[in-house]
Amino acid sequence: MRKTRWFGAAAVALAVGTCAAGSASARDLSVVSWGGAYQDAQKEVYFKPFMEKTKVRMVDENWDGGIGVLRAKIQGGANNWDVVQVESEELLLGCEEGLFEKLDWGKLGGRDKFLKDAVNDCGVGAIVYNFVLAYDGDRIKDAPKSWADFWDTKKYPGKRALRKGPKTNLEIALLADGVPAGDVYRTLATPAGVDRAFNKLSQLKSDLIWWEKGSQPPQMLAAGEAAMVSAYNGRIAAANKNDKKNFKMSWPGSLYTIDSWVIMKGSPNRAQAEQFLAFVSDPQNQKNLPTHIPYGVTQVAATGMVDPSVLPDLPTNPANLKSALYINDKFWLENLDKLNQRFNAWLAK
Amino acid sequence: MGAELARALARTERAKRVKAFALIAPLFVFLLVSFIGPIGALLSKSFIDTDVAPILPRTCAAIARWNGEGLPDEATYAALIEDIRSAAAAGTLARAATRLNYDISGYRTLLFSTARRLPATNTAPASAILRSIDDKWSDRETWGAIARAAGPATSLFLLAAVDLRRDASGAILGAPKDEAIFVRVLARTFTIAAGVTLLCLALGYPLAYVLAHAPARIASTLLVFVLLPFWTSLLVRTSAWIVLLQREGVVNSALAQAGLVHAPLPLLFNRFAVFVAMTHVLLPFMVLPLYAVMKTIPAVHTRAALSLGATPGTAFRRVYAPQTLPGVGAGVLMVFIQALGYYITPALVGGANDQMLSYFVSFYAAKTINWGMAGALSLVLLAATMALYYLYDRLVGIDRVRMG
Repeated sequence: MRKTRWFGAAAVALAVGTCAAGSASARDLSVVSWGGAYQDAQKEVYFKPFMEKTKVRMVDENWDGGIGVLRAKIQGGANNWDVVQVESEELLLGCEEGLFEKLDWGKLGGRDKFLKDAVNDCGVGAIVYNFVLAYDGDRIKDAPKSWADFWDTKKYPGKRALRKGPKTNLEIALLADGVPAGDVYRTLATPAGVDRAFNKLSQLKSDLIWWEKGSQPPQMLAAGEAAMVSAYNGRIAAANKNDKKNFKMSWPGSLYTIDSWVIMKGSPNRAQAEQFLAFVSDPQNQKNLPTHIPYGVTQVAATGMVDPSVLPDLPTNPANLKSALYINDKFWLENLDKLNQRFNAWLAK
Repeated sequence: MGAELARALARTERAKRVKAFALIAPLFVFLLVSFIGPIGALLSKSFIDTDVAPILPRTCAAIARWNGEGLPDEATYAALIEDIRSAAAAGTLARAATRLNYDISGYRTLLFSTARRLPATNTAPASAILRSIDDKWSDRETWGAIARAAGPATSLFLLAAVDLRRDASGAILGAPKDEAIFVRVLARTFTIAAGVTLLCLALGYPLAYVLAHAPARIASTLLVFVLLPFWTSLLVRTSAWIVLLQREGVVNSALAQAGLVHAPLPLLFNRFAVFVAMTHVLLPFMVLPLYAVMKTIPAVHTRAALSLGATPGTAFRRVYAPQTLPGVGAGVLMVFIQALGYYITPALVGGANDQMLSYFVSFYAAKTINWGMAGALSLVLLAATMALYYLYDRLVGIDRVRMG
């Protein structure tokens, strides 16, 4: 009897203790980015210096995209993210749906200091980057020149890897099918154009494997799982630099876009979030990023201050911009839901 | 004297029952709160629809008067304009837009572009205003979607989960061909689960036999070998298979070094890898019930059959094996039901057309946050499983299943 009384008291004390601990104190600033080599570079260039300079407590997490994730956080009422880096159509979708706070551009230095496409009511541009065709220079000696070569499994045997989802893959399919870059989105706006893109993808389907995280394509190339991949240019360059690989990429026909930082609606750390955005938008800080990972920066002034030795590899290099296709975020704003559905059905067949 | 004794007995019995109930009450409450409650809530989301009605209340009330033929009346158009104006001002339009987009792709864009282009006041009849903004408002199907979403109950998700849909007049049609995947996926799920079960049985039965008949020391060592992977994390085991089966992984390197193959075999990201990894993970669930049942079969039965003139094969077939059937039933049931629900293993080692139904439940729940579809697909899987269970009961009998 005495033993059970002790157990009972202990159980009650434990329950009370956990309840007390569970009551939330204000949480640290939470910054969410894309993980992998890119986030490692951001830690060196932005996160650690920010914490040192402002003494704001910050934790960084990573995610793999998807407007549904952000919708769930806000609509579910249990949002624990403050600053998130989103893709271009996610920015437009989320702003329209009221998922993000409107930004005070005065605190960021003014809209005219940034690249034109990096400015939005709800988001400030973070990086300019390209989806490129990448391959292992040690395994493939005869350089592929365009997306048509990506489809040529006779000349370049082996699997291909593309990002899971319709975005970028439909454009790549049309480019491989011979549609000029300037006509890609006009073609995709028609049902016949979308059919054409899916038919082209079906030609390659048996050789395709799919990636979701940016760190997967370099891994697939290194392990020999895929002979050619679509990948973020910065991750390929990072693999060459950090892992001593000989991956090569093809700039002509690449697709470029801008990712933006947003503040989630109702964030309790709004003031610190704005401090963080001001820090990462400062040209003095932005100029350091390309040396760690070759992504273009969004402050006009910063581009001039970047170390000249990394300029040729940057997406913002005019030579690289000339042959690249800008991913049309307005097209994807209108069509992402519909084409996502169709893509998933196509994939599951 | 007798009556008092009876009363005392009844009292003791009641006290025992109360104590027994009190002992299981915490478990019952836990199950209710953590299992039945949440799963019931998820399944109910597949037919309860409360997204559109609070956001477009006047339209939903007006469209209830529409019979599905032709177009709704002028008052419905006016109600929609009012609702869109107030929803856009309050910032609540997104939820209704997402829900309607599940029904007709492009509805999101339609609602938001309409909200953007509505004039501040109605300078023309409502129907004229809406039609000039987008001619989809002259399409019966557009209004059909709102009528179907008015709630409180909806059949949209349940029908979509079996590749059907309703049109504006309420007739049930097949879903468009490039969206109809779920029946195929359900069939694929059952095929893979059945295949894995048969593989587990083929591999697990001899293993259990050896375990049951080996000397005690060897048997306990072998048992540890079976249980050790069982205690390792599922994700770790599945990832280990990726390392083994990849193009330059252990298996391909060994085959190449032995000179058996010239080019690496495609062992990963296909159906083969799914079967191998799932069988590996589910094998202990087949071996353990079989082992437990086989241990209880007296060896003297087989000896008696042999002494009566049966060949070893006949003795096994007619005396031993029938006694193991309850264990086989238990193992098959456990492996099959678990295999039906697997999605991590096919997601990691399978190709794009090896994904099972649970993958889509996870996709809708976690990626696109479409609780209606996630609940509907779960309900379909649950119904199919219960149907199979009922069939199994009729054919074999659940009370013949034993675990030891």
